[in-house]
Amino acid sequence: MESSKVIHAIYTDDDVLMAAVKDVRVAKYHIDEVFTPFPVHGLDKAMGLAPTRLAITAFIYGCIGITFAAAMMNFIMIEDWPQDIGGKPSFSYLENLPAFVPIMFELTVFFAAHLMVLTFYLRSRIYPFKDAENPDPRTTDDHFLMEISVGNHNEEEITEFLKNTGAVEINLVDKAH
Amino acid sequence: MYTLSNKLRTFSFALIILGFIGVVYGFMSSHKSLDEVKTMLAEDAAHHEVKEHDDSQAIHITEAHDTHAEASKHAEESHGEAAHAEGEDAHHGDAHAEHVQHQIANRPWSALYVAAFFFMMIALGALAFYAIQIAAQAGWSPLLFRIMEGVTAYLLPGAIIVLLIAVASGTIGHYNIFVWMDPEVVADDKLIQGKSSWLNIGWFAFRGLIYIAGWCTYRHFSRKFSLAQDLADDNSNFKKNFRISAAFLVFFIYSESIMSWDWIMSVDPHWYSTLFGWYVFASMFVSGITVIALITIYLKSKGMLPSVNDSHIHDLAKFMFGLSVFWTYLWFSQFMLLWYSNIPEEVTYFITRIEDYNLPFFGMVVLNFLFPLLILMNSDYKRIPWFVVMAGVVILFGHYMDIFNMIMPSTVGEQWFIGIPEISSILLFAGLFIFVVFTAISKAPLVPKRNPLIKESEHFHY
Repeated sequence: MESSKVIHAIYTDDDVLMAAVKDVRVAKYHIDEVFTPFPVHGLDKAMGLAPTRLAITAFIYGCIGITFAAAMMNFIMIEDWPQDIGGKPSFSYLENLPAFVPIMFELTVFFAAHLMVLTFYLRSRIYPFKDAENPDPRTTDDHFLMEISVGNHNEEEITEFLKNTGAVEINLVDKAH
Repeated sequence: MYTLSNKLRTFSFALIILGFIGVVYGFMSSHKSLDEVKTMLAEDAAHHEVKEHDDSQAIHITEAHDTHAEASKHAEESHGEAAHAEGEDAHHGDAHAEHVQHQIANRPWSALYVAAFFFMMIALGALAFYAIQIAAQAGWSPLLFRIMEGVTAYLLPGAIIVLLIAVASGTIGHYNIFVWMDPEVVADDKLIQGKSSWLNIGWFAFRGLIYIAGWCTYRHFSRKFSLAQDLADDNSNFKKNFRISAAFLVFFIYSESIMSWDWIMSVDPHWYSTLFGWYVFASMFVSGITVIALITIYLKSKGMLPSVNDSHIHDLAKFMFGLSVFWTYLWFSQFMLLWYSNIPEEVTYFITRIEDYNLPFFGMVVLNFLFPLLILMNSDYKRIPWFVVMAGVVILFGHYMDIFNMIMPSTVGEQWFIGIPEISSILLFAGLFIFVVFTAISKAPLVPKRNPLIKESEHFHY
């Protein structure tokens, strides 16, 4: 496999980083990644990332949860063995519905929450014993790092450009694929 | 500065006049003599019988040229026979007719009361929301304070009207809303007798005046400080407003709770529920916020509020969404606890509602919960004005039905209908509400000038 070159530009302030991201986008260089120690408000918009669809998946999981709860209790309480328990009407699902609502609610929340978290882990590839993908340990503390692929551009040109955006440190890195 | 347009003034006056005519008609047409009620009941019974007649009679009736006349004649005959046969039955029939007569007479009173309470409750809910925004020092909402102050301007006339209708129903009316005001009823009723130290007209009216005085005093001073802050050169008015808002919220939660026992729960003096105050509060809170959102969207569409952006609308819509769910939570908690334990003395409240008010009772859950839940869940939809307006109109109608379901089953029972008395009462108070609120909004600049949080509010972005 051929190796590709990337440039790591390191910043020490999130406002400078935001301005730099905007400049880089205007200059049409490709930002591979940005590593920050904390969420920087508006960074995703500045980078032009597509909005997350996690909330939509959560809604679908919730619908699955409420269906599961209703089907489960309909089978157990109404169809399989409709006993008279304390005079509660078990002739149809609707008649005994109020008693099922707390479980329907909880299972909706349970499915929506847990499956959404699992989806998040899957999509972000987070799991125990995963090797950290951190290019520079300082980015977990107080530094911000922007990774730009060199591609067909001139290395020195990019370096000069990034210096002007306020980067405190610029490293050329060979990334083996 | 906003100026009340002539169009809006004419519109509100038209609503008031139209509503007033309908209300007068409602009162005129609700005085039925006992004989009229009996004929009505007999006709109803006849219609009912026709449906359940066996085949031969049904054929006989369809063969006749004038089926309707035949059927009612038949019913009258059978009724007459029954009355001759058993004197007891006839007496019972009279008692039943008197009961229905009273219910019919109650209808315009209750229709007026429900509508008056509904609009009063919007102003009160908005006042609570306003006080919370000030006490919480919310950074997004100061831009909307003048609109909230406008909505709460209706509280003083609105609350006085509600109290007047309540007291008048027991003094000039014939105990048309509150059955505990009727000395004849109380004389035979041990349960009400036990509560009569709380439920008597004098003490009821006095309590009502205390709530109104408390709410309106706060409203008066808060508005005054809010306007004074515009011209001041320090923040002392802002601080005063913060203090009285915090104090008002304490008074409010007590007075609102007691008000809901007095003005609503006591239409059913045999029934009680501990979370009723919260339930009514949820209803008024969500209606108040919805009206604030609707007026904000209206004024923005007229170009009066250039600094209000879609994030403000988004926040109001989030409150509408969240509090609709909160209302449902309380509605369901109250319903399920009584349904589950099924204690006869408590559960009759819901049995009458489910049997006689099935569609309004369950329909309002769809309007107040399912519809806002599905419409306002999406973050993008909450920023689209016409979506918020649509959801708001449904929420307001749903909460009118909520108050309707609280009052009507105890006063008019099975004789309910949403007809001329109900709709005209809504029109009457809607016209009054629009006139009072927009007049109040036109009396001060729409954007507070020196509020310490106004800059943040103008740049609010979500």
